Amino acid sequence: MDFTFTEEQQMIRDTAESFLTEVSTSEAIRAVMVTDTGYDTDLWTRICTDMYWQAIHIPEDFGGMGLGYVELVAMLEQMGRFLLCSPFFSTVCLGSNALIVAGTEEQKAEYLSQICEGATATLGYTGPSAGQRSGQWGAETIEATAKRDGDNFVLNGTIRYVMDGATSQILVLAARAEGTSGEEGVSLFVLPADTAGVEATWLPTMDQTRKQGEVVLTNASVPASALMGEEGQAWPQLAKIIDLATVASAAEQMGGSQQLLDLTVEYTKERVQFGRPIAGFQAIKHKAADMMTSVEVARSGVYYAACVAQEALEGGEMESELPEAASIAKSYCSDTYFKNAGNSIQMHGGVGFTWEYDPHLYFKRAKSSEHFLGNGAYHRERLAVLLLDGE
Amino acid sequence: MKLSFSAEDELFRKEVAAWLNDNLVGEFTQLKFRGGPGDEHMFPEERKAWEQKLAEGGWTCVGWPKEYGGRGCSIEQQVIFNEEYARCGAPGHVGHIGEGLAGPTIIAFGTEEQKQKYLPGIVAGKELWCQGYSEPGAGSDLANVKTKARFDEEKGKWIINGQKVWTSLAHESDYVFVIARTDPDSVAHKGLGFFLMKMDQPGIEVRGIEQITGTSEFNEVFFDDAECEADDIVGAPGEGWKVAMGLLGFERGVSTLGQQMQFQNELNQVIDIAKENGAYQDPTIRQRIAKAHTELKIMRYNSMRMLSGQGGGDGSLQKEALIYKLFWATWHRSMGELAMDVMGPESEILDGGPYELSRLQSMYLFVRSDTIYGGTNEIQRNIIAERGLGMPKEPRVAAK
Ligand SMILES: Cc1cc2nc3c(=O)[nH]c(=O)nc-3n(C[C@H](O)[C@H](O)[C@H](O)COP(=O)(O)OP(=O)(O)OC[C@H]3O[C@@H](n4cnc5c(N)ncnc54)[C@H](O)[C@@H]3O)c2cc1C
Repeated sequence: MDFTFTEEQQMIRDTAESFLTEVSTSEAIRAVMVTDTGYDTDLWTRICTDMYWQAIHIPEDFGGMGLGYVELVAMLEQMGRFLLCSPFFSTVCLGSNALIVAGTEEQKAEYLSQICEGATATLGYTGPSAGQRSGQWGAETIEATAKRDGDNFVLNGTIRYVMDGATSQILVLAARAEGTSGEEGVSLFVLPADTAGVEATWLPTMDQTRKQGEVVLTNASVPASALMGEEGQAWPQLAKIIDLATVASAAEQMGGSQQLLDLTVEYTKERVQFGRPIAGFQAIKHKAADMMTSVEVARSGVYYAACVAQEALEGGEMESELPEAASIAKSYCSDTYFKNAGNSIQMHGGVGFTWEYDPHLYFKRAKSSEHFLGNGAYHRERLAVLLLDGE
Repeated sequence: MKLSFSAEDELFRKEVAAWLNDNLVGEFTQLKFRGGPGDEHMFPEERKAWEQKLAEGGWTCVGWPKEYGGRGCSIEQQVIFNEEYARCGAPGHVGHIGEGLAGPTIIAFGTEEQKQKYLPGIVAGKELWCQGYSEPGAGSDLANVKTKARFDEEKGKWIINGQKVWTSLAHESDYVFVIARTDPDSVAHKGLGFFLMKMDQPGIEVRGIEQITGTSEFNEVFFDDAECEADDIVGAPGEGWKVAMGLLGFERGVSTLGQQMQFQNELNQVIDIAKENGAYQDPTIRQRIAKAHTELKIMRYNSMRMLSGQGGGDGSLQKEALIYKLFWATWHRSMGELAMDVMGPESEILDGGPYELSRLQSMYLFVRSDTIYGGTNEIQRNIIAERGLGMPKEPRVAAK
């Protein structure tokens, strides 16, 4: 048992930190977040060519670096910390994960290679019903339909809350056979975003650092070669893809929570009231101590989940632990991120309420990431089912 | 990062489990799941006998170096030992203050002679220790101890006068380690000494204090010209604070994993009750149970991180270690509340009169102390902010 980064993992983390310190500054974030694509294409090209980050856990056979989930999580932590505005999460944690888990050899060869070359991708599966009951992210939210039509499939329906849905070049979409419900009848398809009948539009969001889109399918016809795995049998794979993405999201949240702590403590050491830095007031110190406690604990949960995710990708012994580890990490990190963001604003006083200072950027990301793939309560209920509903 | 244990360690796990399975039988069966925090006053004699049984098998002080009678186990093996120990419900170590605090301090700071004199009794499970730190005027502000130590040239001994309070298990103990002022004019951290003293002597009087549970695990201890051998001061006179603080580092070690296994046993019990009485259908109870589960799991991962990171460092606590006490104490306190809320009105009904608490009721009351002893939550937050985040130290009013 060894629960520390290897030297190589540490190096990946450090490289990510120094690169992002340089490119993902407050000014850079603010410049791109007001655009409707939400990212700087030159920076994305740099990430894909100089850093080759998008290929990190793609197997070497398809042109990737063949590294593991722990390495990916080490980078995501830094991306969350620096609020990197880029299609990295959607492409790697949704698109690549989907292809790695559910893609046929031909699909992997075609699309993973494109991703290695800088193509963007995302996953969409939730219909408008995902927005009900404070957010649902399970199989029942899949509303789009797929119907065989000769050698092709015809897709119809609306998919909402799709990360980078309006800008991604490759789409992995879930649809179900008409008349099915729940985990039955679910199929996954991979298709180019410019397929006829696919209309992807940008949905303006409160968190401007992360873009969402809506994908409307109107008799979109895709060839049988777009089908990933068995027709109607894709839910187990999709569930795994969602869990992997959930771990990734928790890693970003943990990084953001850490940054909130750091920038807030720094501010309180500088701001003087009553003749001394406010950092000396116990009410401030104790809030900061609670923030640090949650972050450290969150980090332990994320690293554990990353190890489990790696095993799940390798088909290792701990694969069956993935849903639990993902829910543990996501519920804890979601709550921590939002709490730290709220505390950060409070501890900044008036400037914390301004557009100029950064806390609001994190405050907004905290909430959007909390909802994405299920908030704390959603994941705790998933755990409660495991703990309480057996015989 | 690697989560699994080596094949060799897994063999060790089997060995531990097999030994416990073969020996926690007969007269010892009644001790299962007993003697933990809140239950420490129960079965002292039987638990001492158990401790000696463990010693026969070489299962006390497993993390100590072999030269001092320990088993020289690696961190991984200590983790495994503690997990298996708690998993099978083996009783709380009646000698935990000796094994976990006094012994490691003597190993780190003591003379060879002190090691020879005191360590074998701890390893054998025959001699119990208690911790004489807190005083009526020195709780969170531990450096404010007033108990005095004066060297009597004629007797060739240290003479101790003063009072300690909240001294856990003093009534069961053979020895006490005491911090007392060697320099009567000193204040705060300076001028303290660290003394190893025999409890059974005319100058020491122990009076039990009844606590929230109606039972007594802790005591007042009065020192009235109590004697301490000249050789039984650890470190030099005036260096007592350094020794005392070194000891606090030992309080957060591998035993945390055994403690978590105990917590797991409690949570399992609560889950069983919830399933039985229908509380599991209540959405807020579901959320709270899932939260307790989440945080207990993460607590384990955090300990694994804490333990993996050890070795090599400069001895200063890493961040994940610094936050640990605050996290588990707060978790356990909520666990107590959850247990009672799951039980509902039935949680009020005792096992018997006049005040016979069930294990969960006793746990619920006892956990209120988890956030007080060993540094209160507020003191933990001060420490985290100051040492972990470099925020300004608390102002101290100058001594008169
Ligand atoms: C079950 C139990 C077993 C114990 N066993 C032992 C033992 O074996 N040996 C031993 O030596 N001691 C023992 N103790 C004593 C324990 O260490 C003290 O109770 C503890 O250090 C707190 O001191 P106090 O009780 O004097 O509270 P106080 O220090 O008076 O604290 C009262 C309140 O004020 C707060 N406070 C104090 N200072 C500050 C500050 N600077 N900033 C913010 N808030 C502050 C505290 O957090 C607390 O909420 C035990 C205590 C308990 C409850």
